[in-house]
Amino acid sequence: MKVLKIATAGSVDDGKSTLIGRILYDTKSLTDDKLEAIEEKSRQRGFDYLDFSLATDGLVAEREQGITIDVAHIYFSTPSKSFIIADTPGHIEYTRNMVTGASTAQASIVLIDARNGVVEQTYRHFFINNLLRIKDVVIAVNKMDLVDFSEEKFNAIKGEIEYLASKSEYKGQNLTFIPLSALKGDNVVDKSDNMDWYQGETLMHHLERLDADDINDESQTRFPVQTVIRPKTEEYHDYRGYAGKIYGGDIEVGDEVAVLPSLTTSKVKSINFFDKEYQKAKRGSSVTITLEDNVNVSRGDMLVKVAEQPTIAKQLDATICWMDKEPLQASQRYYIKHGVNDAQAKITQLKSIIKTDFSGVEENPSELELNQIGDIQLKLSKPLSFDAYKDNKSNGSFILINPKTNNTVGVGFIK
Amino acid sequence: MSKETIQVDALESEAIFIFREVVAQFEKPVLLFSGGKDSITLVRLAQKAFYPAKIPFPLMHIDTGHNFPETIEFRDRLVEELGVELIVRNVQDNIDSGRVKEETGRYASRNMLQTETLLDAIEEFGFDACIGGARRDEEKARAKERIFSVRDDFGQWDEKNQRPEVFDMLNGRIDLGQNVRVFPISNWTELDVWSYIEQEEIEIPSIYFAHKRKTFVRDGMIWSADDAVVYRDEEEEVVERMVRFRTVGDMSCTAAVLSDAVDIVKVVEEIRDSSISERGARIDDKRSEAAMEKRKQQGYF
Repeated sequence: MKVLKIATAGSVDDGKSTLIGRILYDTKSLTDDKLEAIEEKSRQRGFDYLDFSLATDGLVAEREQGITIDVAHIYFSTPSKSFIIADTPGHIEYTRNMVTGASTAQASIVLIDARNGVVEQTYRHFFINNLLRIKDVVIAVNKMDLVDFSEEKFNAIKGEIEYLASKSEYKGQNLTFIPLSALKGDNVVDKSDNMDWYQGETLMHHLERLDADDINDESQTRFPVQTVIRPKTEEYHDYRGYAGKIYGGDIEVGDEVAVLPSLTTSKVKSINFFDKEYQKAKRGSSVTITLEDNVNVSRGDMLVKVAEQPTIAKQLDATICWMDKEPLQASQRYYIKHGVNDAQAKITQLKSIIKTDFSGVEENPSELELNQIGDIQLKLSKPLSFDAYKDNKSNGSFILINPKTNNTVGVGFIK
Repeated sequence: MSKETIQVDALESEAIFIFREVVAQFEKPVLLFSGGKDSITLVRLAQKAFYPAKIPFPLMHIDTGHNFPETIEFRDRLVEELGVELIVRNVQDNIDSGRVKEETGRYASRNMLQTETLLDAIEEFGFDACIGGARRDEEKARAKERIFSVRDDFGQWDEKNQRPEVFDMLNGRIDLGQNVRVFPISNWTELDVWSYIEQEEIEIPSIYFAHKRKTFVRDGMIWSADDAVVYRDEEEEVVERMVRFRTVGDMSCTAAVLSDAVDIVKVVEEIRDSSISERGARIDDKRSEAAMEKRKQQGYF
């Protein structure tokens, strides 16, 4: 069955967890024992409604404070599709967790409290959705019951977001606006009786219609080698299989391939998956490939089709989202992980901080703080084979790791 | 030999990708094998990830001594077929030496005691990556966990400060003494696992299928009365029922469900229509709302 990954975003108290709880409830995805637990806890806390956020806020600290700290992954299915929802935190200090949840999503829901309209976090979340180039974005205007289901309020918010979208560099996005009440259930799964002026689909109806494709759009074929399989048994004495996952496009037996970064060429001899051989493998498949010639291939190398080569360089320009308390400064050194390839990287230039309200940039800053987004230039200890993020998500992104703490401190999008 | 086009399913492809990252990034990985359906699924995925080579790491079973006998027989047969190394460490040894104290009474379970034995074994062998079959859909604290989850010397999970995990890039860098818990089937649901077992025709222990068993009822749950390890009051009446187990944990905390699903096709149907969650039959999760999170902070799987 097709799996659609959706990320939610929104400011604190916009009702993300409540919305997810409502979806689970209305699609009858909450099992009896889980529902009973929510009913009991809601009663204990003196609520006169079911607090659905109890279904997703899995950490003690989250339930104490009534906020979401880290991404929860929620699974449910309808007859046509399986869904994975990443319930991401709204607080600004947990933006990195929001990026974590959104990075693998095909679609995103940005919640807005109809009473407050577009707020600072809305700008930021909308900006990150654009930076990640998430194709389908739903602007869910929530708590419509608290503004008398006002069409005017809804249209004002819609206008503001459309204005932001017009300033975004990413033009391939499908924006959908839905007025709803997660608490009361209006336009979530069932159509609302309170908003006759809204002719569009309910949220679930819309999500059911979306394509559940790989987040990595079709582009040029990239096969980063994870590990070399050498069984060294009698039967497979000379077997050298290159294990990895195919991104971008398909691979077929007989394809002429280049091994990067060495540029040695060979031909695909066989494509194996478990105990079978195949003529062709589609993108997204983890397979094992053997080559006609005995060439030197190891982890971190990449197989590409001879006519479709990426950039091979020891330097790159990128936009980076900073995720660590210790700020990024020019001239610092980090480990870079580009797909399955590792190198060292030095920040040669911190060019600018990008304002997430689409109002421009701050040139030549001294540092980039936690949750800020900026443009940098990196020098690398060895050549990497990369594409621009806009052309190939998997081969155009990387993470930086602090060598002192081993923590992942930034995620980069190559220009 | 088939000469067709292949599209590996997204969840299967992701799991295989994760297995290969573990072997590339760590020096001493181990697969934690309980004999349950999730760890059996892991074994199949590991086979696929490295074929035609053998699975390049050992399996380890932390044996509570309260396993269903069917599970142990199954384990030993599987290991022999695959030709992989099996390490067994017993909770009983720690009880005998007085390092841990066994719970007593109605709800006594050895589930918590596994943690100590697991941490000892990690230290004994110097494992830097422990692969497990936990899934995010099982429980809401698990829903928060990363695929590569870093643990310190005490096995503790720092849930408020997890590393960001973006796209499919997995950061396995750790300091000496730390280890990583790896969850290749994080994104699978219970139904995904059962459907995979059906599709791949994977053999699983017989207790997963409906069978006649002597049982008694307590707090609305059905317990096995066949085995001395499950505490039973005199007045709790023993009745033979048609049951199966949805999870195969420690016998003392794993309840049965009424079922007539005698084969895999019927089990998949039953799971699809079920209105009770899988861990609804695990008494260890019912202790408190935060039971799983607390166990994880202390190093539990």
